[in-house]
Amino acid sequence: MSKQQARFEPYDFNGGTCVAIAGADYCVVAADTRMSTGYNILTRDYSKIYKLADKCLMASSGFQADVRALQKVLGAKHLIYQHQHNKQMSCPAMARLLSNTLYYKRFFPYYTFNVLVGFDEEGKGCVYTYDAVGSYEKVGYSAQGSGAKLIMPVLDNQLKSPSPLLLPALDAVTPLTEAEAIDVVKDVFASATERDIYTGDKLEIVIVNADGIRREYAELRKD
Amino acid sequence: MESNSETKQHTLLSSESGFQRTQYPYVTGSSVVALKYKDGILMAADMGGSYGSTLRYKSLERIKPVGKHSIIGASGEISDFQEIMRYLDEQVLNDNMWDDGNSLGPKEIHSYLTRVMYNRRNKFDPLWNTLILGGVKKGQKFLGMVTMIGVNFEENHIATGFGNHMAQPLLRAEWHENLTFEEGVTLLEKCMRVLLYRDRSAVNKFQIAKITEEGVTVSQPYALKTFWGFKAFENPTAGAEGSW
Repeated sequence: MSKQQARFEPYDFNGGTCVAIAGADYCVVAADTRMSTGYNILTRDYSKIYKLADKCLMASSGFQADVRALQKVLGAKHLIYQHQHNKQMSCPAMARLLSNTLYYKRFFPYYTFNVLVGFDEEGKGCVYTYDAVGSYEKVGYSAQGSGAKLIMPVLDNQLKSPSPLLLPALDAVTPLTEAEAIDVVKDVFASATERDIYTGDKLEIVIVNADGIRREYAELRKD
Repeated sequence: MESNSETKQHTLLSSESGFQRTQYPYVTGSSVVALKYKDGILMAADMGGSYGSTLRYKSLERIKPVGKHSIIGASGEISDFQEIMRYLDEQVLNDNMWDDGNSLGPKEIHSYLTRVMYNRRNKFDPLWNTLILGGVKKGQKFLGMVTMIGVNFEENHIATGFGNHMAQPLLRAEWHENLTFEEGVTLLEKCMRVLLYRDRSAVNKFQIAKITEEGVTVSQPYALKTFWGFKAFENPTAGAEGSW
């Protein structure tokens, strides 16, 4: 048998962290804007947040080319849905679509770590969190990406959400107000930036509520 | 470089499947550096093509115009770059045949290239290039990069390969909005000089391409002045007679 040469590596890790929080009548999704490869920074100004439907957004970190392809595929499927059903896709439906799209490539996965935010059928904020091959769960808040393990414990501590272990199950949305939630987001990203080399530069925060969609930016450390 | 027998075995194995996938690059170009300036985009690359550690080709044009509004610079496998130029020529031809007054802008070409590179990566048969696409259309400047696995982004200043390690720090320190043409060229020459000193596969023969709303200009090849007159280089055997 001939010696196998090192095959080219089809994946790259472009870094970044995403966080999503659902409140009673709002939801917040935030991601840093740094894109890296290896120990280099490629650009300090790349958005990871994508609007899928009127009140449904997705933030993805991981391998940027796969993230972009996934955004385009979902966008195309949503367009077809709108043509066929004459309405926007609901957030729970989009959540299932994302899961199925990811599992479709189970044996050559999209190397993406996603969070989906939006409003469910009753108008309450919801967050769905995914792994790279499509297993997903509706939660009250989530972090994904390189800084997730630094951020998640702090969210558990600060958001005062009901424990997921309670029976009967309580809704996991946070009782915090919109302004308080945004403060928590800025804080956790500042902390993650200190210790995670792939997180930093700038923070993009998108807030969805009854008035519509709003975008805010905050500076992060650039080192 | 692999021995002949191993290459033959590769061909034998893959002739069963009927096609061969790209495993590694053969003739490669080194870095390309580009930046936005007041009137458009400036892009610089040397003219060398390395065959492993041999400097086989010294007059390769690694920056080419695309359509009316863009220029493309490529590092990596030269034959794959020539293939990409064939794809782009086809796109430009179809665009012209429409004859509807519209023309492909840099954003469209960048998007097209991203899709091509990503889809080839999906088939495990990549085009082994990192491409820089720059252009101006209707006053809007554009500068973007695509790698061989489909990673893509836009920025104010971009460099491929070694340029990312050596030229980017200089660009980050000295780039600002509304550089004049002279300032841009000086900054690019500074980057190329550093690469010339430190990148083994660089040659001292450059082209700088400029694209503005008016059109494309690719300079004639020229060389940069280098300085080797350091005291430590004089009389290198002074401390150890008989050594070289």
